[in-house]
Amino acid sequence: MKIIVCMKQVPVQDSLLKITDDNTWVHEDELNWEINESDNYAMEAALRLKEEHGGEVVLLSMGPDRVKESIKQGLAKGVERALHINNEDFTTRDPFINAKLLAAAIKQESPDLVLTGLQADDTGFGQTGPILAEYLGLPHTSIVMEIEKSNGGIKVKRELEGGWFQSVELPLPALLSIQSGSNQLRYATIKGIMMAKKKEIKSLTLADLGLAEDEVDDSNSSLNFNRIFIPEKTKKAEIFEGDPKEIAAKLADKLKNEAKVF
Amino acid sequence: MAKFQSLDFYDIDSSLSDEDRLIRNTVREFVDNEFMPLVREYYRKGEFPDQLIPRIGELGLLGSNLNGYGCAGLGAIAYGLINQELERGDSGLRSFASVQGSLVMYPIHAFGSEEQKEAWLPRLAAGDAVGCFGLTEPDFGSNPGGMRTRAEKTSDGWLLNGAKMWITNGTLSDIAVVWARTEDGIRGFLVEKGTEGFETKAMHGKLSLRASATSELLFENCLIPESNMLPKTTGLGSALKCLTQARYGIAWGVLGAAMACYDEALNYAKGRVQFSGKPIASHQLVQEKLVYMLNEITKAQLLALQLGKLKDAGKANNAQVSLAKRNNVHIALETARLARQILGANGILDDYQAMRHLCNLETVITYEGTHDIHTLILGSEITGLPAFS
Repeated sequence: MKIIVCMKQVPVQDSLLKITDDNTWVHEDELNWEINESDNYAMEAALRLKEEHGGEVVLLSMGPDRVKESIKQGLAKGVERALHINNEDFTTRDPFINAKLLAAAIKQESPDLVLTGLQADDTGFGQTGPILAEYLGLPHTSIVMEIEKSNGGIKVKRELEGGWFQSVELPLPALLSIQSGSNQLRYATIKGIMMAKKKEIKSLTLADLGLAEDEVDDSNSSLNFNRIFIPEKTKKAEIFEGDPKEIAAKLADKLKNEAKVF
Repeated sequence: MAKFQSLDFYDIDSSLSDEDRLIRNTVREFVDNEFMPLVREYYRKGEFPDQLIPRIGELGLLGSNLNGYGCAGLGAIAYGLINQELERGDSGLRSFASVQGSLVMYPIHAFGSEEQKEAWLPRLAAGDAVGCFGLTEPDFGSNPGGMRTRAEKTSDGWLLNGAKMWITNGTLSDIAVVWARTEDGIRGFLVEKGTEGFETKAMHGKLSLRASATSELLFENCLIPESNMLPKTTGLGSALKCLTQARYGIAWGVLGAAMACYDEALNYAKGRVQFSGKPIASHQLVQEKLVYMLNEITKAQLLALQLGKLKDAGKANNAQVSLAKRNNVHIALETARLARQILGANGILDDYQAMRHLCNLETVITYEGTHDIHTLILGSEITGLPAFS
């Protein structure tokens, strides 16, 4: 089975974020980066399928040069090779454009299965997987916890709300968005890290993907970041006066019409 | 406990290779996920969490700087970073790996026969076997050359008699590298667990390095086959070469303990409010302590990094290693003490790390050459006049 795993590099959890002067993003220079959590689980799921059924796991990532470090981490964990769309010149946060770029790279590989994480820990859209499936014309399901091979396809366990699960069968090829916590993640071993040096990271340009610059340009994006801000802390106390009946009525009104708790 | 943030004021990360950073991050993740949840309980119990040994082996952290026999052949800087991350967890964890790699696997690798290497190194690398290093004796600490343990040549091999003390991993070990006096000077021997006349005893009552097995080794007419003598050992110098390897690892390791204390103190100071609603991090005396830590840790990092480069180029000498061990353990101990003070009364509880690291570092400044002995090694180096002979 040939499996492609899409991996995004995101700022390390609990990073101290500093907002840029134009209030549209954060300063990236001072950040440390890591593999997006649910993408790590997607990679783990792919490696386990390969170990059970044979085949190849290919890691696909997009981002500037710094993402190579996360790619190498994947190679060290047992991924065979990697594709890197170096988007130093055309960075966008629009999931439509990102999915278009990823789809162009995936089409050249004709995989049996494409795995993405459920959502990116930085932007948190959870859109790229489903849009990518549409671009590729593949059946798709999300919030996947377990994957097993069935006759001619796969059977997956999806997590629903309230402790419920759903079992879904899909034909192959297919695209799945993987939920965090679905497996025990492995560590990259020292030997794996040394062996990763010899594995291929193929750099892909727009020309390699058959896309023109204006197709992926941020000006084409249907998404605008108007303002990024740290949630403002507010403290407000109001003391009601009057007899208990009046106070209760005022409190009920506030809860209903302002706090909207019922 | 907040997630550990390392200190990198001089952007030392940019001078590391991608592989070095990956190795460092892997060990950090391992320590965060597997060791930190255990350390308080095991420190209280006074035990090493030996269930982690196969995991440590599987990751490739044992003897990682040696070549062949299941070892990764890492450079000195990656090896140093592994020690740093292990000791960020606890000096006991780093001591376990240091002893196994530098004091057991290194002498077998450097002074052992081909059969000895093949028999032991792959098992020790994988964590399937544990080793210890018997040099120090009850009456001979800083002066190992005075040792009383003797090995007498007999027709059946070597008859070993004597006692060793302060031996890390002793009670956990399948194999002990033991140094003994012979007619031809001091030689190294491999003493296997279960050999008749060989006994190990746990040492109790430690107020430091509690999450580590510290033991006595006793030998009473213990017969060692000729094939278990390390053939290339030539006197005390062979044992001291092992110590140079271990001291190099300590110079890096204690940076981890120091950074853990700094990180904890900085977070605590920013969150702890006293006097007019301000965090204590705004107080001048607290800032002075934090800046001392920042300053000394940064210098110690640069010292370790340059020593690593010299070691990889084959140019590091034992006096340079002494300087790094001496300086870095000293500043780590000072950092731990200041961190504990910033934490105030909370700092004496094991809910926090500072006191544990502080207690551990009192051992680390004593073992593998005391602070004073390293001072005299350096004094001898620059004057040509040894003060201790």
